[in-house]
Order: sequence, then C-alpha cells, then structure tokens
Amino acid sequence: MPETVLADAPEAAGARGGRTALFGGRIPLARLRDLALVPAIVVIAVVGQIVNPVFLQPDNLMNVLQTMSEMALLVLAQTMILIVRKMDLSLESTMGLAPGVAAWLVVPAGAGHGLGLLPGAWAVPVTLAVGALVGVVNALLIIRFGLNGFIVTLGMLIVLRGILTGISGGQTFFQLPPSMLYLGTAEWLGMPASIWVCLTLFAIAIGVLGWTSFGRSLYAIGGNVDAAKAAGIRTDRVLWIVIVTGSVLAALSGLLLSGRLASVASAQGNGYIFTVFAAAVIGGISLNGGKGTMFGAFSGILLLFMIQNVLTLAGVPAQWIGALNGLIILVALSISRITGGKVQD
Amino acid sequence: MTHAEPPVVEATGIVKRFGPTVALDGARITVRPGETHALVGRNGAGKSTLVSVLTGLQAPDEGTVAFGGRPAPRTSDRDGWRQRVACVYQKSTIIPGLTVAENLFLNRHPRGHGRLISWPGTRRRAQELLATWSVAVDPQTPAGELDVEQRQFVEIARALSFGARFIVLDEPTAQLDAAAINRLFGRIRDLQRQGVTFLFISHHLQEVYEICDMVTVFRDARHIVTAPVADLPRTELVAAMTGEAPAARAEDRTRSLGTGARSALSVRGLRGDTYADVSFRVGAGEIVGLAGAAGSGRTEVAETVVGLRAATAGEVQIAGRRPAAGSVPAALAAGAGFVPQDRHHQGLVPDMSIADNATLSVPRRLGRNGLLSHGRRDQLAERMIENLAIKTPGPELPVSALSGGNQQKVVMARALADDPRLLVLINPTAGVDVRSKEFLLGKVEETADTGTGVLVASDELDDLRLCDRVLVMFQGRVTTEMNRGWHDHDLVAAMEGVDLDA
Repeated sequence: MPETVLADAPEAAGARGGRTALFGGRIPLARLRDLALVPAIVVIAVVGQIVNPVFLQPDNLMNVLQTMSEMALLVLAQTMILIVRKMDLSLESTMGLAPGVAAWLVVPAGAGHGLGLLPGAWAVPVTLAVGALVGVVNALLIIRFGLNGFIVTLGMLIVLRGILTGISGGQTFFQLPPSMLYLGTAEWLGMPASIWVCLTLFAIAIGVLGWTSFGRSLYAIGGNVDAAKAAGIRTDRVLWIVIVTGSVLAALSGLLLSGRLASVASAQGNGYIFTVFAAAVIGGISLNGGKGTMFGAFSGILLLFMIQNVLTLAGVPAQWIGALNGLIILVALSISRITGGKVQD
Repeated sequence: MTHAEPPVVEATGIVKRFGPTVALDGARITVRPGETHALVGRNGAGKSTLVSVLTGLQAPDEGTVAFGGRPAPRTSDRDGWRQRVACVYQKSTIIPGLTVAENLFLNRHPRGHGRLISWPGTRRRAQELLATWSVAVDPQTPAGELDVEQRQFVEIARALSFGARFIVLDEPTAQLDAAAINRLFGRIRDLQRQGVTFLFISHHLQEVYEICDMVTVFRDARHIVTAPVADLPRTELVAAMTGEAPAARAEDRTRSLGTGARSALSVRGLRGDTYADVSFRVGAGEIVGLAGAAGSGRTEVAETVVGLRAATAGEVQIAGRRPAAGSVPAALAAGAGFVPQDRHHQGLVPDMSIADNATLSVPRRLGRNGLLSHGRRDQLAERMIENLAIKTPGPELPVSALSGGNQQKVVMARALADDPRLLVLINPTAGVDVRSKEFLLGKVEETADTGTGVLVASDELDDLRLCDRVLVMFQGRVTTEMNRGWHDHDLVAAMEGVDLDA
C-alpha cells in the first residue's frame, strides 16, 4: 500500500468538493435538487387555500390524488423509460387498448357489443397480458431490430388506437365485470384503492431506482451506454425489462381509469402522453436520459394536477380549461427552471 | 528488475482484419513488470486496435495474448479481463450524471440491509479507495463536474480497484496542460514504485523520453522495434515511426514581412472573467504566440478575439474593423478564421461530410440567395483536400471516419476557406500525429507569408517555436514577451510564473 501522498495532488479538487455539498457535507446538492418542486407545491397549496377554502379539505386533496393516479402511473412508466434514454409514446394507447381488449372478450354479446368469450375473472389478467405484449413488440423493434424508439412507438400509438377503435366499433364498452371495476372503485382504509396503488408503486419505484443495482443501471445506461457495458451491465436485458414494465404499468393505469369510469371509451387515454412528458420534464427528468428521480417525477405530476384543481375551484369556465392546461405546463416548466436552476435538456 | 519474471503481458503474432483492411499484421508486444512502456506510431499504425486486443474488447483473428505467463481469459469473461488489465481511454468511460463514488462502484455497489445499496457504504469505500491511491476528489462530486485530469485519476483508481496492475493510458496528455501533465507523470512514477505497470500511448515524443523506460514502435500494422528509451535517439525513433529519415524542419522562418505597416489584429485593454488588461497587436504576416498554462486565460483571450466570448471591457480590432463583441459571424466577416480549442466539441459535426464541414463557415461562397450549389461545394472541398493533403477517398466521407490528424486538417481548411486576414489557432496540434503536426505548422507559416496575421494560443512548445514573438500569460495577465530564439526552459518558467533570475 502506498505511503507517499503526492504533495502536488490537485488542490482544485478539494476546493470544488466543498462547494457541491451543503450542511456539513451531509446532504449533497444532487439530493436537494430532487426537492426543487416542493416550494412550488407549497406555494400552490397556499394560493389554492386563499382562492377557495375547500382546497385543503381532505376530500378535495383525495379527489386531486385520485384524478391524477392513472396519469401518475403513466408518468412513472415514462420516467423509467426516459432515464434509460428511450421514449414510449404508445403508453397512452396501451392504456386504452389493454382494458379495451379485456372488455371486448368479457362483456356479454347482447348488451354491450362485446364477444362474451371469457368469464369476468379473466379481465384483469388479459389487461395486463395485453400490456406486456405491447411492451414486448416495442422492445423487439427498438432493441432487437435497432429501430428508432420515437418513431416505433409513434407507429404503435396509431396502430393500437386503431385496433381499439376497430374492436369497439368506435363505441364505449359498458357493463364491465366486477373484477375490472374493483381497483377503480374500492376504498381501503378510507382512501380510494387507486391512490394506494399509485403511491405504493411510486414508493417501490423510488426504492428500486435509488437503492438497487438494477435501478442504478438505468441511470448508467441513460448516461453513457458504453460505460455501462464496460461496467458489466447487461444493457439489453435492462432495456427489455424497462420497456415491458412500462407497458404493463400503462395497462394497469388503464384498468384504474376504466374501473373508476365503469367503462372503456374508444378514446381512453387519447392525448395523455403530452401531459405525461410535461410532468416528467417539469419533475426534472432529462429527455436525454440518465438524469432525474422518481420523486421529482411524482412532484411534477402532482404540481400539474394541483394547479388544475385550483383553477377549477376558482371557477374558470370549462371551455378555457384546454388552453389553460397548455399554459399551466409552460408556467410549471418555467417555475421548475427557476427553482431547479438548471437548463432543461 | 529481473527478466526471469514472466512478462505482465505478452502478445505474439496478432493479426486483426476489418474487412479488407489489415489493422494488425503479425504484431507483437511484451511488457515487463514495473516498467512504463511507450507504444508509439503514427495515426493508423494499429495502436488502437492493439489496445482493444490487449484489453479484451476485440478478439484477434490470429495470435495469442498472455498475462503473467498464463493465457488470457475468454472474450466474454469481462471480470477476468478487468482483474488483469485496464485502459483509460481518451473518450471518457464515466457516467457524467452519477457521483464519483457511484462511478467507482457501478454494478458492484456495497449492499446493506435486504440487498439494498448502502449509500453510506458506497461513499466510505469510495473515500478509502481514493485515499489509498491519493486521488484528491470528493466522492460525492457528480462525475460530470470533474476536469479531464481528475477524471483520469478516478478512472485509474477504478482500474486498480478491480485488481488490475497493468494499465493502458491512451493519449492521457492530449487534453492536459503542462502543469497537469507533470502531476500525471508524478502519479505514474508513484504508482510505478507501487508495482503498477503502464503502457503509455502518446504522440508527444518528449513525453516518451521523460516518463517511459521502454518503447515499442508500430508502423503500418506491424511491430517495427522495441528498445530501451535511453538507447533510441529521437531521430531514430522518428525514423522508425515514419519509415524514413526526417528532414529537419527549418527552425527559423526565413522571411517575415515588415510588421510595421498594417495590423491584422489589435487588442486594447481587454478584460473578461479570467483575464484583465490584455493589449497586444499582431501585424500582417506576423505569427504571434499566446502561451500560458491552462487557466492562464490564453484560450479565453483567443476565444474573445474570434467572438466565442464577449469581453467586459476593451476593444478588438480585426484588420482595422471592430466586429460586434461576442459575435462569431461578425468576427468572421471582419476577416478572421479560427481553429477552436477542441475539434470534437466545437470544430466538427462528426457525421457530416468533409465537404460540408470544411465549407460550413462560407455558405455565401457556395451559391446565391441562400441556395447551396453542391457542385461548387465539392469543388471547393476538393481544393481544400488537395491543399491540406487530407487523406481521404473523397469529399463526401463523414469526418468521423478520418484520423485525428486529418480531422484537424479539415478544421484548418475551414479556417483558411475565406482567405482570412487574421488566423486564430487554439491548440492547433492537440492529439495530432508527428507528420500531420509538421504539416499543419508548415501551413501556418505559408499562410503568414501571404500577409495573414496569425495568433497561436497554445502551451505546446512546438506550436510556439514558429512564432515571431511569444506573449506569455500568467493568471490572466500578459507577463512576458519573448522574441524568437527563446530557450525552452525560459518559456516554461514564464508560463509557470517562475522567475529564473530571482
């Protein structure tokens, strides 16, 4: 072991090391960046309370969490995929198609223009299986055949939406079996099950991404795929898992929404993907991969839905909500740029 | 050092083909324990291919590699290779978004409860590892914030932590300034004493003489010679590399135009973030060097001149005109041409063709009304390729397919494309082989002889030797001016801020 310590070891290194850590070096700046949106969320909460005292009532907060739970699962899926430097635009169609196929196979032929081929208990497994299948096809095209992920999933977005329109004849499936309704309607310990599912999955995702080798390999792949390979990470396998898991999560998200609305519309999930991307970027996820945390993504989607809720409580006419939604995204992006202090890429 | 010990690595009869190209043709190398072994050769001699064979990234078509007398592991056994050999590449193999600690233990994080990663453990192990090899870097720093020097030290520490005691350094000094190179060499000697063996790849022959014990020369995919550095004089080494006796380059420029008449560049009272009170002028046909260590402000001043940066005070006049500060187009319009510091970042668009890259700054020479004529572009590019002796099958080849020296020639071609009145060169020969370097510097003299003023910002003595005058910057100020005929040690002392007379 060396006994000599070089006298001319770079001094700059020590000086720089001091700057990146705060609070006696215990909390690195990188961790604080995760909390960048928390002040914004607090501000919106205060503003909301001033606008309408209903805002901070448990019922209203629960309402916000429940309305965002389906979209939040898509954000979770997209965040994983963005971290490994891929994209999946087809998540929003998967979210419609997966429960759509289940409903099509399960809903009796007479009443709800389904086929009635399978008993109601099959609906949930079929939904998740369709999600997995979509993921496998995406992964096959992107990883195995090396096609551009953006265009592949754009194609899938259109194809899957078309299939749903085809099997449903452009109509909405009603009379869903109880198994499909359960997650969207049940309450556990006084809180809707979908909120539990959403929060639990985010907690698991935060843990996996922060504290497991698998999770860290996502960052390594997104940051520098050659270095990840050199470190012995089986990059293709990790990418497969991420893409397929993403699609399964989208299917689950579709299941929650169908259950809550007790129907599967042929346009279910249409247009969601833009909000999903916006929430992820607002939450600090880089579109160039390797950066951002699951907690950040969660605060991104939470911020968006809180602002929407405040606007609704303030009595903004419904016709203007669309324009405002877009504006909110731009404002929220600017807020996170200010609080995060980093150029978004 | 007893030669009875088995060599750290011994490669014999290595043949590697890529399609019709033979990258290695019966090549061999033997590196003995504890030595620092130089591998030199011009671009395309097969050095990189040999490195990827020695590090197990590519299996040779023929031949064998043995470590410490035992055959090398299978290509698929990455861990086996990593315990024997590691390479610090020019291209970074760290992940910028992750901390230094995590980069060190990527995919082998210390685990705590329930097989979850223990972050305190990771930090502690990283701290220990960095302390063991005396690398002064905070393990919590995001790796992207490290400079080149720190990154190399971190990569060396990582390599050692796998158990490898044989480390390949692929042009480690290419992006370092003189002081950092000295620190790197100090580190190499230190590790050498601790039993680490190095294979050192460099274009800079004086570095080979400074740090290495043995040298192996490759040329045209073949092994040419292996000899102790002390037994191989410089001229013979260059001859082995080029296959011919080198014509000594004329040390002095025979002619320099009268510098009194016109100014190509005049800088007055320039002040910026990293420099202050910089005033000088470059006459038409004059070559002026701007020397200084990294952080001395030389690069920043040169970048300010060409508009890559804006000064907070002072003025820049190019050929009598005052371009808007901080505007590259304005500087180009005023008659400047420039070679930026880092061709990979600022110089080239790697996937675009040579023709497109070389003519990027002169669109109006390619056609009227904003429409480009491909014919005219290729014509112009053909002339540049010929003029600068760029080795390529044609102008349509993407620049990323060229060797470093030829890429730099493309950047130079672009700087010269508009017949500039002022040529600004920042580190013009970094990462360029001996031959291309001589050629590029010769071109600079040729350009100056046509009446163009040249400003060379560099800390490379060979770049500065051709200058009529050298201005030395230290900590943001011009401290010394030297006329042609300076001694190396005087210039180096001035760049380091040491007063030899004191």
